[in-house]
Amino acid sequence: MEIIKTDVAIVGAGGAGLRAAIALAEADPKLRIALVSKVYPMRSHTCAAEGGAAGVIKSDDSLDLHFNDTVGGGDWLCDQDAVEYFINEAPKELIQLEHWGCPWSREPNGSVAVRPFGGMKIKRTWFAADKSGFHILHTLFQTSLKYPSIQRFDEYYVTDLLVDDGRCQGFTALEIRSGEMRQFQAGAVIIAAGGAGRMFPFTTNGAIKTGDGMALAYRAGAPLKDMEFVQYHPTGLPNNGILLTEGCRGEGGILLNKHGRRYLQDYGMGPETPVGQPVLKTMELGPRDRLSQSFWHEQQKGNTVSTRWGDCVLLDMRHLGEKKINERLPFVRDLSISYLGMDPVKEPIPIRPVVHYCMGGIHTDIKAATPLPGLFAAGECACVSINGANRLGSNSLTELLVFGRRAALSAIDHLQSGLPASKDAVLAAQAQDSAGRIQALFDKNGGTESISGLRSEMMHTMEEGAGIYRTGEGLAATCEKLAELRQRYAGIEIHDKSRVYNTDLMQALELGSMLDCAEAAAVGARDRQESRGAHQRLDFTARDDQKFLKHSLAYYHPKEPARIEYLDVVITKSQPGVRDYSGAKK
Amino acid sequence: MSERQIQLEVLRYNPETDSEPRFQTYSVPCLNEWVVLDALNYVKDNLDTTLSYRWSCHMAVCGSCGMMVNGEPKLACKAFIHEYGDQIRVEPLANFPIERDLVTVVEDFIAKLASVKPYLIPKEDKPVSAGEFKQTPAQLLTFKQYTLCINCMLCYAACPQYGLVPEFIGPAAIALAHRYNQDSRDGGRDERQEVIASHEGVWECSFVGACSEVCPKHVDPAGALQQVKVASTIDWYKEHLMPWVKK
Ligand SMILES: Cc1cc2nc3c(=O)[nH]c(=O)nc-3n(C[C@H](O)[C@H](O)[C@H](O)COP(=O)(O)OP(=O)(O)OC[C@H]3O[C@@H](n4cnc5c(N)ncnc54)[C@H](O)[C@@H]3O)c2cc1C
Ligand code: SF4
Ligand code: FES
Repeated sequence: MEIIKTDVAIVGAGGAGLRAAIALAEADPKLRIALVSKVYPMRSHTCAAEGGAAGVIKSDDSLDLHFNDTVGGGDWLCDQDAVEYFINEAPKELIQLEHWGCPWSREPNGSVAVRPFGGMKIKRTWFAADKSGFHILHTLFQTSLKYPSIQRFDEYYVTDLLVDDGRCQGFTALEIRSGEMRQFQAGAVIIAAGGAGRMFPFTTNGAIKTGDGMALAYRAGAPLKDMEFVQYHPTGLPNNGILLTEGCRGEGGILLNKHGRRYLQDYGMGPETPVGQPVLKTMELGPRDRLSQSFWHEQQKGNTVSTRWGDCVLLDMRHLGEKKINERLPFVRDLSISYLGMDPVKEPIPIRPVVHYCMGGIHTDIKAATPLPGLFAAGECACVSINGANRLGSNSLTELLVFGRRAALSAIDHLQSGLPASKDAVLAAQAQDSAGRIQALFDKNGGTESISGLRSEMMHTMEEGAGIYRTGEGLAATCEKLAELRQRYAGIEIHDKSRVYNTDLMQALELGSMLDCAEAAAVGARDRQESRGAHQRLDFTARDDQKFLKHSLAYYHPKEPARIEYLDVVITKSQPGVRDYSGAKK
Repeated sequence: MSERQIQLEVLRYNPETDSEPRFQTYSVPCLNEWVVLDALNYVKDNLDTTLSYRWSCHMAVCGSCGMMVNGEPKLACKAFIHEYGDQIRVEPLANFPIERDLVTVVEDFIAKLASVKPYLIPKEDKPVSAGEFKQTPAQLLTFKQYTLCINCMLCYAACPQYGLVPEFIGPAAIALAHRYNQDSRDGGRDERQEVIASHEGVWECSFVGACSEVCPKHVDPAGALQQVKVASTIDWYKEHLMPWVKK
């Protein structure tokens, strides 16, 4: 097997992975950097982010306010030391991107413009029209081309981490094009492999978001943290889950039920604000968890509009006018017209909540280090945690930058800590084992299960049991089902026997990742007997700070369900309080 | 929801077993609101797991799913079934070598993108602590369109010049160079212009405009090319006929 020796190897070339690679290259041009991704960097799902990235820049804003919004928005499950680091670094990172050419939207005087976003008390979301993630990703990718020390391995699928001597020393990857396995040997590994929204049937997440990075770390012994917290975005197109950004509401779009009522006022987010004059942190600019939950209640009450794609509410943007929509939300207009055949300039758009983001992920500390020495993680696959029980929109793009860079700096510290020589033979043997596992999967004939069949059973049980509202009973059933599916996974067969670009094999591996992540999420949700942020239990409706002001940590077992432990939340200056999104409060 | 049975004719090619590409037809029950990508996914999930193609976002922004649909370069996730008859033929993007089925080899394109120095070469150095560069909305507007390229390569598949002269650097790469050249914060135009002018570059373009026609993001690479040509011509005149005028 070919061995590629590098100093730092990065899994994933989305926003977080690219930012890490650039930080490494800038810190020391002599470092050998391997940037490994299962897709070409600009295909990474960061490209789909529309709304923007939060960071304090304007004079009416302050770091404290961003801190409070984030911690309250996360229902006090955020680690406050991490949040503090995050908000301090955020503006620097966004300016850095500006210096690299990111085409941020501007004020008439040439300074960057900011827009309102859900749960934020002040306008602080930097945006590039409604293609913010796209521009961030392309700016980072293009900037990365400046640095010859960043060696890219595009379309390589990472399969297993190599761990010896108690530290992570590389991984194996399948070169998709040839079907050959490669061994990457590295002093430090950074996982930046994105989220796992594809565990659910209805999601804004692209096909590549299958939780591979989380599964890699999890199987190697690093715990997954707070996996039970899955964010539903309130406004997805009902037929295919395509997102209409929160920017729609930030610019003044309103949500209506079938009676034309702005129903959010009935769920603690009122009183009603004037149409077209959005007020921050209330009504349509409440946080995502609350908005998605309100939808569920409206549906129970029969107040939703029934469409051929299921129950919906309406996102009305007509009053914004064509000019503003074209200027600020051109992509939204294009997506609505193309995929739904409806023009937001002319009619309200039916929408419904859609699985969007994983708050949970690989457990890291504030330095982006996992408990496994030599292994670092950043981006959506990681849980630092700055997002707590509910991420505020536009914090995540910034998080990629802040913690992508942080992971790079920590990796350098690790390299400089005087690492003992690696035992090449041990690593090579592990790599052989990993290759053997893939080969066995590839060679196997006479399977009893289909990949797409298992996948849709997994998605279905996740939606049933681990959706917007959950019950102990439903979650127990989902856990049981997932345990069954993990067993049945052994019965799959790869029908495609070609080495070259075998997507059958990749889908099988991705399904394996998703099943492990889903199981960790469901077990975590079953055991968390309280309601907090995006995790809402009909049988435990209140937040329980006595028992559950804690992160869950899921530990992997190949055959048994995840083992859950708890870890205290870091509280520095904000004691858990009431999340108040009523505009009446002064 | 109206459903229609489509005959999806897909080019198949497995370099390990096939000496040349062939077509395979699948009968796919399609909803009218589907895109071609949905039909391919239906095949992959229900009829034939061995079919290979690239996709991810399903919202026309990741640029993965470019392919020929009834002979035209399209994003499979934005090619609507209702715009086609009952027979749809899908092939890999023209002008690129086929790797496997609908997957093409794209290294050449990536190398061309990288060759034009597609990153900001700042006019003035400014530390992050000094804050952002100012750029008015009007200045942004001069290059914004060229930032919208999703690298889907449809324009290369449509370009007759790229088909004939594979060395041609091509529409998207030139549009990207132009994007940075036009950016008020950038001072790297001369460096980039050198690459473009020396490369099998702009001069090769016969200006048919096919690239702009197929571009799903309205980047108008043909327009960029034209502007780059004009700019290069002016450079040439300045250098050769009026050497006393500074560029
Ligand atoms: C539609 C949409 C809109 C959004 N809008 C916003 C917004 O406005 N503001 C905001 O802050 N956030 C937004 N988000 C969230 C945010 O975009 C994501 O959380 C973020 O982009 C994730 O970036 P990442 O770098 O962690 O991962 P990604 O960009 O998903 O990249 C993951 C990388 O890992 C690689 N990878 C994965 N598995 C493997 C493997 N096995 N082997 C090799 N490589 C692998 C992939 O190839 C890819 O390069 C949005 C999300 C979506 C889906
Ligand atoms: S210019 Fe248009 S067609 Fe060409 S790669 Fe870019 S987006 Fe695709
Ligand atoms: S799947 Fe992303 S552009 Fe078509």
